[in-house]
Amino acid sequence: MIAAVNAADLAPTAYAWQIQATGLKVRAGRKRMAVDGLDLSLGTGVHGLLGPNGAGKTTLIRALATVLHPAQGTLELLGESVGGMGEHRALRRRIGYLPQEFGYYKRFTVREFVEYMAWLKEVPKAEIPAAVQRAVERVGLADRADERMKALSGGMVRRVGIAQAIVNDPSILLLDEPTVGLDPAQRLRFRELLQELGTDTCVLVSTHLVEDVAAACTDVVLLAEGRLVFQGTPDELAAAGGPEHVGDSPLERGYSALLQGPERGRGAW
Amino acid sequence: MSVEHASMRIISGYARGDTDIAVDEVWALEAHLEMCRVCRDRLSAAVATRAPAVVALIDTVWSDLGPQLAAATAMRRRCWLPRPARLLTPATVPWLAMVVSVTLLALLLDLAGAGARFGSGEVSLMLLLAPVLPVLGVAASWSRGLDPAYELTVSAPRAGLYLVLRRTVSVLAVVVPALFLGGYVAGVSGMTAVQWLLPCLAFTSTTLALGGVIGVTRAAVALVAVWVAVVVAPTLAASRSTFALQTGGLPVWALILALGTGVVLARKGAYSALGAHR
Repeated sequence: MIAAVNAADLAPTAYAWQIQATGLKVRAGRKRMAVDGLDLSLGTGVHGLLGPNGAGKTTLIRALATVLHPAQGTLELLGESVGGMGEHRALRRRIGYLPQEFGYYKRFTVREFVEYMAWLKEVPKAEIPAAVQRAVERVGLADRADERMKALSGGMVRRVGIAQAIVNDPSILLLDEPTVGLDPAQRLRFRELLQELGTDTCVLVSTHLVEDVAAACTDVVLLAEGRLVFQGTPDELAAAGGPEHVGDSPLERGYSALLQGPERGRGAW
Repeated sequence: MSVEHASMRIISGYARGDTDIAVDEVWALEAHLEMCRVCRDRLSAAVATRAPAVVALIDTVWSDLGPQLAAATAMRRRCWLPRPARLLTPATVPWLAMVVSVTLLALLLDLAGAGARFGSGEVSLMLLLAPVLPVLGVAASWSRGLDPAYELTVSAPRAGLYLVLRRTVSVLAVVVPALFLGGYVAGVSGMTAVQWLLPCLAFTSTTLALGGVIGVTRAAVALVAVWVAVVVAPTLAASRSTFALQTGGLPVWALILALGTGVVLARKGAYSALGAHR
C-alpha cells in the first residue's frame, strides 16, 4: 500500500500561471504571422478559446504544444521558457495535446493506440496499463477498449483522441476542436469531463461552439487576427453584447459584439 | 511488526457515522485504515452488524455498478504493445514491402539479363537501385503526408532525433539484409557490399539532414530524382558501370555520410517541431 499523497504532490509550484505568453508571435507557413503579439496568462481551470476561422487558434495551440517555435516574444509553460530549437522532453511529459486533424493507425485497437501514445509520452512502463485503463474509462470507452480503431464511429475516435491526451495526467491539456463529431449526449458527458479535469489542470479548449464555452468553461479567451480581444468569464462575455447584436443567445451576442469592435469591415463572414 | 490498531469503539462509531468522534480521531482512523487490512476487515464486519442503512446503500450502488463492470473489459496486467510499433509505425509497412519487392524485381531482371547485361555487361540494376531504396522507407517512417499520426508523434516527448534514428535504423535493418541477400544471389561480379552500403548510408543521412529543412518526404523525392537523373539514366544509356559506384568513389560517399550525419546532429531540434514533417 502506498501513501495517497506524496511530497511532490504537496510541493508549491514555482510559477504563477501554467501558461504565460508575452508579445507572442508565431508564424503559420512562411510569411503569415498567425499569432501576432499575444499577451495571455492562464491558470488552473477550463479556458475556452473562441475566435473566427483563421484567428490563429490552431497555431496558438500548436505553439503551446511546443511543436511550433515562437517567432518573437516569450512563452512560459509551467515556469519553463519555451523557445529556440530545444526538445523540451520534461515539459512535454506534462502536456496533453489533441490536434485538430487527429490521425491514428486503423489496425490498432483502442487500447493499443493509447498504450502506444503513452509509450511515446514516456509514461513509466510499469504504469502504462493502469494509466491507459483509467484514460479509456474516463472517456467511456472501457467496453470498446479491445476493438480496432477502424470499427469505431467518428465520435468514438474523437474520444480516443481525448483519452490519449489525458493518459499522461497532464498539467496542461490542449484540445483543438475536441467536440467535432460528438453527438449531443456525448458532448454533455465531455463537458462534465472537462469540468472534472479543470479542477487541477490548465485546460485550453478551442471551439467554434459558443454553447460549449457557456457550459464547461470557467474562462473565455477570444482571439481575432492573432490578437487577444477579450479574456474573462462567460458572464462577462454575455454582458458585452446587447440586443442590437447578432446571435441567438447572450453569449453569441457578446461574441459578435466583441468581434465587431474597433476593426470591422472585413467580409460578411 | 507491532502496530497499534484502532479500538473497536472508534471503528463501530465510524461505521455508524457517529458525529461525536473527534475530527483528528477520524483522520487518524482513516489514515490507519488505508494501511491496515486487519482494521478494514473489522470495519466491514462492523458495518454489516451495526449499520443496516449503509449496507442497503452499498447494495444499491453495487446493483447499479454491476452491469457496467460486466460490460467493461478488464485492465491488462502488463503492456502488450506490439513490439514492432516501438520501432516502426504501421504506416511504414507497405512501403517496406514495396522496397523489398523492388529489390526482388531488380534481382530478377539482373538474373534474367545475366547473359545480356545491357550490352557490355557491367551494369547491375540492383547495384544502381541499392543506394536509394532505403530512402523510401525512411521517408515513410517520418513524414507528415504518409504517417497519419504525425502531429501526435511530433508533439510527444519521445519525438526528436532519438525516435527518427530508431525508425531509420529499423528501416535499414529490413532493407540492408534484403540487399545483401539479393547481391549474394545475383553474384554481381565486382560488386562488394561496401560498394553499395556506403552510398546507401550516405543517402539515408542526407535524406534526414535535408529533411530537417524541407521535410523528409520532399528530401527523399528530391534525392531519388537526382540519383536517377545523374547516375541511373546515363548508366543505363551508356551501359557502363558508373564511377559513382566504383571503389574510387568511396571516399566521396564517406564524406557525404559524415556531412549528413553532422547536419542531422547539429539540427536535431528540427525533428521535434512540426516543420520537419512536411
